[in-house]
Amino acid sequence: MSAVDTAPAPEGVQDRDLLGTVLRFRAVGIVLALLVLVAVTTAVNPRFLGAQGVRDLLLGASVTVLLAVGLTLVVITRGIDLSVGSTLGLSAFVTGSVLEAAPALGVPGGMVVGLLVGAACGGVNALVIAVGGVPPLVATLGTLYVFRGIVYFVAGGSRISASDLPSGFLAFGTARLLGVPILFLVALVVLAVAAVHLGQNRSGRDLYAIGSNPEAARLAGVATTRRLVGAYVACGALAGLGGVLYAARFGTVDASAGSGLELQVVAAVVVGGVAIFGGSGSVVGAALGALLLTVIGYSLPVLGIDQFWSQAIVGALILAAIGLDRVVSLRAASSSRAKASHVR
Amino acid sequence: MSADTSTAATAPPVPARPQQAPSWRRFATWDTAVVLVTVGVVLIAALGVDNFGTGRNFGFLVLELAPVLVLALPLTLIIITGEIDLSVASTVGLTSAAMGVMWNAGLPLETIVPLTVLVGAVLGAVNGFFVTTLGLPSLAVTIGTLALYRGLAFVLLGDGAVADWPRAFTDWAIGDLGRTPVPNVVLPILVLVAVFAVVLHATPVGRAVYATGANETAASFSGIATLRLKFWLFVTSGAVAGLVGVFWTLRFSSARGDNASGLELTVVAAVLLGGVSIFGGKGALPGVVAGVVLLTSLQNALRLASVSAEALTVVTGFLLIVSVLLPNVLASARQRIGRRSGPTARPPTTPGPPAAGERKSR
Repeated sequence: MSAVDTAPAPEGVQDRDLLGTVLRFRAVGIVLALLVLVAVTTAVNPRFLGAQGVRDLLLGASVTVLLAVGLTLVVITRGIDLSVGSTLGLSAFVTGSVLEAAPALGVPGGMVVGLLVGAACGGVNALVIAVGGVPPLVATLGTLYVFRGIVYFVAGGSRISASDLPSGFLAFGTARLLGVPILFLVALVVLAVAAVHLGQNRSGRDLYAIGSNPEAARLAGVATTRRLVGAYVACGALAGLGGVLYAARFGTVDASAGSGLELQVVAAVVVGGVAIFGGSGSVVGAALGALLLTVIGYSLPVLGIDQFWSQAIVGALILAAIGLDRVVSLRAASSSRAKASHVR
Repeated sequence: MSADTSTAATAPPVPARPQQAPSWRRFATWDTAVVLVTVGVVLIAALGVDNFGTGRNFGFLVLELAPVLVLALPLTLIIITGEIDLSVASTVGLTSAAMGVMWNAGLPLETIVPLTVLVGAVLGAVNGFFVTTLGLPSLAVTIGTLALYRGLAFVLLGDGAVADWPRAFTDWAIGDLGRTPVPNVVLPILVLVAVFAVVLHATPVGRAVYATGANETAASFSGIATLRLKFWLFVTSGAVAGLVGVFWTLRFSSARGDNASGLELTVVAAVLLGGVSIFGGKGALPGVVAGVVLLTSLQNALRLASVSAEALTVVTGFLLIVSVLLPNVLASARQRIGRRSGPTARPPTTPGPPAAGERKSR
C-alpha cells in the first residue's frame, strides 16, 4: 500500500465541504448555461420555447435523464457502465415484441418486461464485475457489444413499427398530465426516488463510501459486493425502463435503437458533477446534465449548426467537465492544505 | 491503495492479482494457451470452413489483421503502464477524414501521408496532456476523445466520402509481394512489430513501462519519469493510429468519417486476450500478436461460415470479458485450494524474469 497517490485520489474528508460548495456552483453553472442557451435559441426561433417545443424537449430529455440517474449510481462507486445504450436497445425491442404478441399486457406489463430485461443485463454486468473482479470498463465494453449483438440476433433485420404496438401503449408515449408529458413525469419520479435513496438510505450512502475508498468501506462493514451488484442491477433496470419509454415515444424500434447513447449519458453524468473517480455527485446534477445535453441537441439545428457537431460537442463536454473537476479539486486540496497543514 | 487506475480499484475482495505462482509461470501458461488455441482455431477453420485455407483468403486475412495488430502494439505498452486508450479507432477515423480534406485541398499524397501521421500524433498528445498534466484517469479521457474525435471526423467530411485516390497508392495497399499471396503491408508490419518488441523487451524504456505499471510510485521514486513516459506512449499511439488511418483510407480507397468505427473493441480484446493484464505491469508482445491472430482469424472464419457481423461482435465482446474473467476465476480457485491445504503449500513468490515484470504492490 502506498501512501502517495500519483493517480487521482479521492478527495480527503476536509475537502468535502469545499467540493460540495463547488458542486453546488456546478448546478448553478448548468442552470445558467441552460438559460443562456435557451434564451439565444429562442431569440433565433421563438417557437423553440413554445408549448410544443418545450414538450419535445422534455420528451427527449426523459430517456437521457433515466439513464443518467442509473449511471450515476454506478459512477459513484467508481464504476462505469458503457452498456446502457445496448441495454436500452435490447429492452425496447423485447418489450415491443412482447406487447406485439400480447397487447393485453398494456403499459404496466410493458414496464415490467422492460425492467426485467434491463435488470437481467445489469445482473450480467454485476456478476462479471462484482463477483468476477473484472474492471467495469472492460466488462461493460464487452457487454456493450454482446447485448447489441443479441438485439440484432433477436431482431434478425426486422423492426417493430407503430402499427404493431397496442394503441394504449402509444397513447402513453404522447400522454400529458397538466401539459407535462407522462414520460418526463416517470423520469422525475425515478429521479426523486433515487435522490432520496442516495441521500437518506444507508444502502445509498454505502455507494458513496465504496466510491470514496473501497477498502475502507469493506473494513467498515459495508457489504461491498452486494451494494455493487445492487448498483449495476439498478442501472440496468433503469436502462431497461428507458427502453420502454423509447418504444412508447417513437413507436418504431429497430435493432440499432440507442446505439451510441452511452457516450451522451456518460457526458450528462460527468457534466452534472458526478466525479468519475467515484464518491461524490448527485442524481439531480446528472439529470441537469442530461437536460443540458438534450437542449444542446435540440438547439443545434435551430442555430443553424451542422448536426454533425453534436457528437464532437458530447466529447468536448466530457473532457471539459472532468478537466474542470480536476482543476477545482486540486485548488480545493491546496487551499485546505494551506488552512490545515497538519491534516495532509 | 497503490496507484491503481480507478477501474481496477472497484474490484472487490476477489484477488485481482494472484500471489501464489511465480508470475512468469502463470504468464507463460496463458501465452502458451493462446498460441495453442490460435493454432487450433486456424487448423479447424482450414479444415472445416470452405475457402479459409486458400492463398487468397490468407492475403485477405492479413489485410484484416493489419490495422488491429498495428493499433495493438502501442496499446499493449499503454495497458502495461496501467492506462488505456479507447480513442484509437476514432483517431483512425479522424486522421482518415483529415487525409480526405487535405486531398480535396490539392496537397500531393507524399505530403499528406506524413501530415496525417502528425495529426494522429497531435491527437495522441491531447490524450497524453489530459492524462499526465491534468492527472485524469485515461479511461474517462479517452471515452471523451472517443466521442470528440469521431464527432470531428463527421464535422470534417459529413457523411460523404473522398474516394478519388491515385491507383498507384491504393493498388500498393491491397497488392501482394511479387507473385506470392503475401500482401505488401506485411513488410512494414513486421518492422513495426520488431521495433515495439525490441523497445518493450530489450530497452530501458521497456523496463520503465513494466515498472510504471507494476508500481507507479516505486517507479517514480527509482527515477523513472512516469508521466513523461505515459505522455509519449499516448503520442505514439496517436501517430500509429494516423498510420492506420492512411492504410485504411488507401485500402478501401475511401476517406470517411465512420472509418474503423467500433474497432477499439477488437483491439482492446486482442491485447487482453494476448495475456496483457488490464491492471498493468504484465504482458508481452508475442502473446499480443497471438491474440490478434486468434481474434482476426476467428472473425474471418466465422464470416466465411456466413455468421453475421453483429454476431461477430458478440464473440469479440465475450472473448474480451473472458480473457479478464478467466485468470481471475482461476486465481481465486487456486487460492481457495491453497488455503485449504495450508500456507506451506504455497509456492514461494520469487521475482520473475525481466519479461514478466514486477508485480504490483498488493
